Amino acid sequence: MTIATTLDRTLIAVPTELARGRGGGGPAPKRIVVAFGFWIFILSDMIMFSALFAAYAVMSGNTAGGPSGAELFNLRSVFVETMCLLLSSYTCGIGVLSAERRQPTLFLIFAAFTFVLGAAFLFIEVAEFAGMVAKGAGPWRSGFLSAFFTLVGTHGVHVASGLIALVYLVAQMIAKGLRAAVLRRLLCWSLFWHALDIVWVGVFTLVYLMGVYQ
Amino acid sequence: MTDIHEHVFEDRTPGVEEHEPTATYLSYTVGLALAILATIVSWIVSQTDLLWPPGIPAGLIVLALAQIGVHLVFFLHLGTGSDSTNNILALAFGVLIVFLIIAGSIWIIANLNGNMMSMPLS
Repeated sequence: MTIATTLDRTLIAVPTELARGRGGGGPAPKRIVVAFGFWIFILSDMIMFSALFAAYAVMSGNTAGGPSGAELFNLRSVFVETMCLLLSSYTCGIGVLSAERRQPTLFLIFAAFTFVLGAAFLFIEVAEFAGMVAKGAGPWRSGFLSAFFTLVGTHGVHVASGLIALVYLVAQMIAKGLRAAVLRRLLCWSLFWHALDIVWVGVFTLVYLMGVYQ
Repeated sequence: MTDIHEHVFEDRTPGVEEHEPTATYLSYTVGLALAILATIVSWIVSQTDLLWPPGIPAGLIVLALAQIGVHLVFFLHLGTGSDSTNNILALAFGVLIVFLIIAGSIWIIANLNGNMMSMPLS
């Protein structure tokens, strides 16, 4: 029995097969399970975006005699936009980390930064859209512009709903405190926000940088 | 046997939250610095002839993929830990589907355009 015990110990010391949630050590913590479920949602959202990216890639040359990306895009404002979203992703991560460390004040400060930076991103994007429509380059002008407005607009709608969700979560945190369920929702929200930044990396490179280069 | 259980797994009630710090302020800051670097480099590459011009699209795609990797590791905390094995498997499947949709669409439409009879512009 003693020999068996020592054998068991050495075997059990192998972490991956016997870690929690992988059969050996009981169920995974709820935090891990919830984040996994939300991760599946994010991946399906990514697949939806991939269809829009594919549509854009196919349509990007079809300007129908209208303006092309090189004539429409202002890379300086897009660069500022990108930095806003990147920094808001950073403050979001830091904010959720402070929440996990039970520092509500720090969380509120970083949530405010995240909201302001996200709103600045949306403001620049809406101004860009309005400028394009004013030039007569709205989504009805050409296949290229339809695909552009669909792709970038869908991302913008995601950012807007993320901002609404952030306000809702901050209200919940103030009302209920940093209890486990609120922390899990914050974790899921931060996954969503970081995922939007990943989509924006694709938009920034494929739509703007390559659009201007062509 | 119970003894082993308590020692090795520090048996906890299922579903009870434990505090598992997944990240640090430092890891987020490193991720931010790398992401900003990738963004600035890709901006410079697209604006100048620093890179061999025909290679610019490929360079931009490589930079974008690198930045996505930075985001996944430093912001979304996909690592080598046993906690993220399932997430990485799901991600691998997602990447496969995304690749099929994008590459397949481009391939099919390029073929379609190539086989289209040239029509006079009305």
